[in-house]
Amino acid sequence: MSTVAVEVTPTLPEVHYLNADYGWRSWLFTTDHKRIAWLYLFAITGFFAVGGLMATLMRLNLIEPQGLLMEPASYNKLFTAHGLIMIFFFLAPSIPTVLGNFLIPIMIGARDVAFPKLNLLSWYIFMLAGSVFMFSVIRGGVDTGWTLYTPLSTTYANGHVMSAAMGIFISGFSSILTGLNFMVTIHKMRAPGMTWFRLPLFIWALYATSVIFILAMPVIAITLALIALERVFHVGIFDPALGGDPILFQHLFWFFGHPEVYILILPSMGVMSELVAAGCRKRVFGYSFVAFSSVAIAAISFMVWGHHMFLSGQSLYAGFVFSALSFAVAIPSAIKVFNWTATMHKGSVSYDAPMLYAIGFIGLFTIGGLTGLFLASLGTDVHLHDTYFVVAHFHYVMVGGAIMGYLGGLHLWWPKMTGKLYPEAWARFACLLIFAGFNLTFGPQFILGYLGMPRRYDVYPPEFQVLNVMSSAGASILAVGYLIPLIYFTWSAFKGPIAGPNPWGAKGLEWTIPSPPPTNNFDETPIVTEEAYAYGPEEAHVG
Amino acid sequence: MLYDFPLKPPEASTLSVEWDYLYYFLTALTIFFSGLIFAAVFYFAVKYRRREKDEVPPQNEGNLMLELTWTIIPSLICVFIFVWSAHIFMRASSPPAHATEIFVVGKQWMWKVQHPEGPREINQLHVPVNEPVRLTMTSEDVIHDFGIPAFRVKRDVVPGMYSTEWFEATKTGQYHLFCDQFCGMGHSSMVGTIFVMSHEDYSHWLSSQLNTKPMFASGELLYTQLGCNTCHTPDGKPGVPPLAGLYGSEVKLQNGKTLTADDAYLRESILGPEAIVGYPPTMPTYQGQLNEEEVLQLIAYVKSLGPPGERKATKQ
Repeated sequence: MSTVAVEVTPTLPEVHYLNADYGWRSWLFTTDHKRIAWLYLFAITGFFAVGGLMATLMRLNLIEPQGLLMEPASYNKLFTAHGLIMIFFFLAPSIPTVLGNFLIPIMIGARDVAFPKLNLLSWYIFMLAGSVFMFSVIRGGVDTGWTLYTPLSTTYANGHVMSAAMGIFISGFSSILTGLNFMVTIHKMRAPGMTWFRLPLFIWALYATSVIFILAMPVIAITLALIALERVFHVGIFDPALGGDPILFQHLFWFFGHPEVYILILPSMGVMSELVAAGCRKRVFGYSFVAFSSVAIAAISFMVWGHHMFLSGQSLYAGFVFSALSFAVAIPSAIKVFNWTATMHKGSVSYDAPMLYAIGFIGLFTIGGLTGLFLASLGTDVHLHDTYFVVAHFHYVMVGGAIMGYLGGLHLWWPKMTGKLYPEAWARFACLLIFAGFNLTFGPQFILGYLGMPRRYDVYPPEFQVLNVMSSAGASILAVGYLIPLIYFTWSAFKGPIAGPNPWGAKGLEWTIPSPPPTNNFDETPIVTEEAYAYGPEEAHVG
Repeated sequence: MLYDFPLKPPEASTLSVEWDYLYYFLTALTIFFSGLIFAAVFYFAVKYRRREKDEVPPQNEGNLMLELTWTIIPSLICVFIFVWSAHIFMRASSPPAHATEIFVVGKQWMWKVQHPEGPREINQLHVPVNEPVRLTMTSEDVIHDFGIPAFRVKRDVVPGMYSTEWFEATKTGQYHLFCDQFCGMGHSSMVGTIFVMSHEDYSHWLSSQLNTKPMFASGELLYTQLGCNTCHTPDGKPGVPPLAGLYGSEVKLQNGKTLTADDAYLRESILGPEAIVGYPPTMPTYQGQLNEEEVLQLIAYVKSLGPPGERKATKQ
């Protein structure tokens, strides 16, 4: 199975963070950021599997225009749970809590995050939130859509809205604490010489994400509390029958919701910069433009929420403002894509799995970003709003962007996390399969949306069947593509060849320490004397 | 199966043609820029592929001119798209004054349509071709959305307020009607058919409907049944707003502001009179006693009493 040629027998360090301590207590009560990253990795892989299974069932149902498998009630619960699980329990935590937890302290030359116990508490809060949410799913689920629009969610829905909302409410606290922890860590724990403009771009992206965590999560918490007030105590806030305003809910929800989607994509953009730099052995082109575009995205993301509401009854002029601002947020994303592409110019481009994921990301995110223009523009949104075009667009960004970045990052740093290599040929194959399966799944959905097929339909007119079958076929390929890494990563953790400290020949503090790293990361605090991605042959090593 | 495999929805309204031009432009733009990026990525990936395990390429800090170029050009393109699409949106949001008015009430999970002439439909809408049609829409319960892909129009139908949507159909035929805002269990069955008919067929259809009592007449019946006429007498009583000539007039509120007495004002006044501060709160609320269709009929009745200045003869 293994196809990797191992060079002159690197050896595992005798003591490292994985074998420093044994027993379940050493994991469940650990304050080591690297072990906490593993706790998250297991949890979110579980949530991804559940959310993915739900997507598979939906795609199966849509093979037939009349619905192959289920009643509308079940279908509605599936897409609601799929959305909520993927957003709150997989994508939002994915890169920050797994790769971020593992790498932020190491990349800045610290021994741990600023508040290690708080870091563990975040995980427990996350698990509590996930359990409460899964309880609501098992008890019968919710059929409101992930957007929880009122008055459907407050007055008319019969499902377990309150326990689902409670799960999301709790998860917000986990995210806030993680964001706070990361911000303080990045501010206060940088090694001597690690100035802001020597930080890897991954750190910049996660810093921007942490700001959004802290500012946006309280808004969803407040909004969910208002839902509870109306649903349980019949206080008229959103339901016009009680004297409320249903559009108010949308303003509150999207004031959180749009920054939230940047919580999902920004970390992946950070990973991308690392993948491209390591994959081309080159300093990221236009470092400061890439860094500041993360900050610009975080800032503008709070001012574009109304583009979800062009047709909701919000004022025409509000629509103009939100449309213009939405175009403005597209520019920093475009800048990033151009700079990553330019980094490849005259680089030393590797064809290893992490770089393949990076190339896949550039392709899919470009399409995802450009199709966003159709929805930011007022005129086209009149027809495309709430159709499969929207579904395709955000899956290109969220799956094609965020998940490709997450998987690429996992492949880049897997040798660091485990000290082991994975079978490179299988990894390349899985990456290609995911890329192909993804495009077959979501490409046809753009056309379905243009034809007018609404989202959240379990049945549809027969003329949409061919495209739906194509999409479902793609989903099955995508599912296989996701299963393969699960298998070879598991194999690699136990039987994989030993990686050595720097299997990629990459730059960055994380590659200067053993794989797996010792519990305290650095025996001596490193002193940083050079910029990030100092690949030039003449430059001195970190030391 | 391939015989029924469209890649393009029917183009059946004045807006759809204009809309499609913008759509084609954006599609071309997407293909062009994706193509540019893909080509660059593939070219670089092949040309600069890693040839030796330890090779380190020459380094490069970036280039300010390039950064400015790829910031400014996309920004200008975005401004261009913004202006174009805002123009289309303005058009889609401004119904012509002479448009035929039809009323739509969304309800879990059906569309109820009332024509001013009387006919009512469920999950169907008959409209004449080549005539602008304005829909005044509201919902009995949750938010729905009245979308007609062939016309490229769509608008949320929100409880507690009126939203409007308009189109001018250009081709006779039958087209899909979808509820586009998730509205609960039966969302996917809240679909229907738009019938675009020639002018003659439409008139014939209107007159062949069984329920031919016009909306304002149904409204007048409610007006007496609910006892509105005890206070709102035709001659007017002191302290009671006269209904004749009310619709479309300027109403002065107690706080000094003026409002136009439009559909939304009348609905608000009927359902929650305390919310309108122009008069002492003596009128009881009809919230919960009237459904949205009845409210629309009452408004039609008030409207039939004539705009200011020209009181129409309203009785049949």
